[in-house]
Amino acid sequence: MKLQSRHLLGLEGVPADEISLILDTAITFREIIERPIKKVPTLRGITVLNLFYEPSTRTKISFELAEKRLSADAITFTTSTSSVKKGETLKDTVRNIEAMKINMVVVRHSSSGVPYFLTQCLDSNIINAGDGAHEHPTQALLDLFTIRQKYGHLDGLRVVLIGDVKHSRVVRSNIWGLKAMGASVAVCGPSTLLPYEVEQFGVDIYTDLEKAIDGADVVNIMRIQLERQQAGLLPSQREYTNLFGITADRLRLLNKNYTIMHPGPMNRGVEITPEVADGESSVILEQVTNGQAIRMAVLYLLSGKREEEE
Amino acid sequence: MKKPIFDLIIKGGRVIDPALGFGREANIFIKDGTIVRIENDTVASRKKIDSYPADNLLNAEGMLVVPGLIDMHVHLREPGREDEETIITGCQAAAAGGFTSVCCMPNTFPAIDNQETVKFVLSRAERADARVYVVGAVSKMLKGEELSEIGDLVKAGAVAISDDGGYVQNPQLMRHALEYAKMFGIPIISHAEDQFLCAGGIMNESFQSTRLGMIGRPAVGEVIAVLRDIKLCEFIGGRLHIAHVSTAGAVEAIRQAKAQGIAVTAEACPQHFCLTDDMIGIGFDTNLRVNPPIRSQKDVDAVITGLVDGTIDCIASDHAPHAEEEKDVEFDQAPPGMIGLQTTLGLVQTFLVDKGFLSWADAIRKMTVNPARILNLPGGTLQAGASADITIIDTDRKWTVRKKDFLSKSKNSPYVGWKLSGQAAYTVLGGRVVFGRN
Repeated sequence: MKLQSRHLLGLEGVPADEISLILDTAITFREIIERPIKKVPTLRGITVLNLFYEPSTRTKISFELAEKRLSADAITFTTSTSSVKKGETLKDTVRNIEAMKINMVVVRHSSSGVPYFLTQCLDSNIINAGDGAHEHPTQALLDLFTIRQKYGHLDGLRVVLIGDVKHSRVVRSNIWGLKAMGASVAVCGPSTLLPYEVEQFGVDIYTDLEKAIDGADVVNIMRIQLERQQAGLLPSQREYTNLFGITADRLRLLNKNYTIMHPGPMNRGVEITPEVADGESSVILEQVTNGQAIRMAVLYLLSGKREEEE
Repeated sequence: MKKPIFDLIIKGGRVIDPALGFGREANIFIKDGTIVRIENDTVASRKKIDSYPADNLLNAEGMLVVPGLIDMHVHLREPGREDEETIITGCQAAAAGGFTSVCCMPNTFPAIDNQETVKFVLSRAERADARVYVVGAVSKMLKGEELSEIGDLVKAGAVAISDDGGYVQNPQLMRHALEYAKMFGIPIISHAEDQFLCAGGIMNESFQSTRLGMIGRPAVGEVIAVLRDIKLCEFIGGRLHIAHVSTAGAVEAIRQAKAQGIAVTAEACPQHFCLTDDMIGIGFDTNLRVNPPIRSQKDVDAVITGLVDGTIDCIASDHAPHAEEEKDVEFDQAPPGMIGLQTTLGLVQTFLVDKGFLSWADAIRKMTVNPARILNLPGGTLQAGASADITIIDTDRKWTVRKKDFLSKSKNSPYVGWKLSGQAAYTVLGGRVVFGRN
């Protein structure tokens, strides 16, 4: 069993057996990061470039640690100004860096489609670390891993994704991954943050939080950003919290043995109360730890695709 | 051999002139840049022609011979972006695409909002391979604030006014523009997309934009803009032309307005009857980014229906050259627009004529007499006495769109690699063969 593609651009169209392969591979790495010496020689001699055109804390650190723990040579390039403003195109920037003999590129960018664009101008394996509101596949994979870790399976579970569906790449990748694995998926948020024809994803749609979470196993809560109010999509943070905030009181509607997730960064007191975030059903920190294992697994599996071609 | 009376004779082609209601095998006689007469291709006529020296004959047997095509919506980028296109190169592309006349939009640098710039464009066009008609700006610098000196623009030769590239968002300004333009009998060409509803949008709003996480330009942004302009036109009078109609809702709005007798006309572009928004996610080709955006199949079907039932009067390319370095970037960073002068005719045949939606006469009508009437242009017909602007189309020719064949300075076409049917074989401008394919 191998991955079909030499890149990880998204989870749309990735079949269940490939997702399972990544999740299964991550189990080994999950064990490694619990060891006193958290380093294996797997990617020795491989150079990985982390290209972050958008601010990121946990994803960037997670990839960097994953690369170091696999013994890859990792460098990170961070910029918040787009290359267009700088006077050099993205294509020129990445081709110049690749000329220094890079093997793999992890990219985060505010424009949808940039990871695909890089596959067209580079020879490196490309890993999408988030492109616009399009996909964030490693985040979804770590979410899937975390759910499977707890329940032993994904099929038949009821997962509700709550919040800013319109602007969330995490939601999109989760939908593709969860559906491929046989979970039942619902999205819930204010109508202004549910994108046009969202039902065509094949998910259930809710604007009533209590109906959405009634009988759910997993609630995955998305960050709500202040800009949405300025853009006229929400009247106030206060009203959002009243309508969609996850409070301890609302958890009674969930199935027994429910799970609370959040990809971070959290706005405590807005989309989630501290009580819920830190409660015993919260796996929010476990998600972060699992992210390490998932990223190590993805780097490992794709580096194999690289060698195979040479 | 006797001295030729005629400078050029186009022999044996199937001549179609929708303005004259003409459609049969005929020979066209040209003298001093003017059409002298059209004769049915009889034995007698042939005998006369065969005595002429070969240099004065253009053999059009098996081909269509039509009035020189008019593209009423192009961007020639001069003055200001001569790296992307010049009037000379744009007109070379026009000639190769079968167009003898083009109307250039005013969003140049500086904008065509004053008579000096109109005169500049017209003087540059004197030696070009196509006639250039100028569309002046509705507002100074296309800012949508104050009217440009429309009287001056018309005096210098402008045939219409438009703030193309953007909508005249302020309804009061649009009202005044319609009132003012009425004095000169010229139409206002509206790029009808509401700027607020389309703010930040880079593709059609649909499940495709949802799937790709891209900001959408909703169809309703066009529909509302069209409806407002129609209502203003109904109230004020004047003439309104809707550029690049792309949505089912806009087609329906124009259909109803026409039924009510409101003086509105419309054009459609190939990208809105050949392309759909699900193509964007395949390779994020920035050449597919255009305003109005490529839409859904439902909209494509409605645009074709509008072309068939006459709701949409014209076919235009919206030829919009962009430099390679500006298009070879992230999808949302690329400027909107695609070139079209050399692909429009092939797309019209392949997607409209060969599929049985339009007869050749109807297709040609939308690229000749209809734009000529809307803009009061002299061309668009093969009538005796008319300037000999003639396009000869090889309808049997199957060809592949190749980047290297574009004569335009810019190559931003989403159709590269496409196989099309039908292409201009010869383009004749004022009796001069400005383009010939061997």
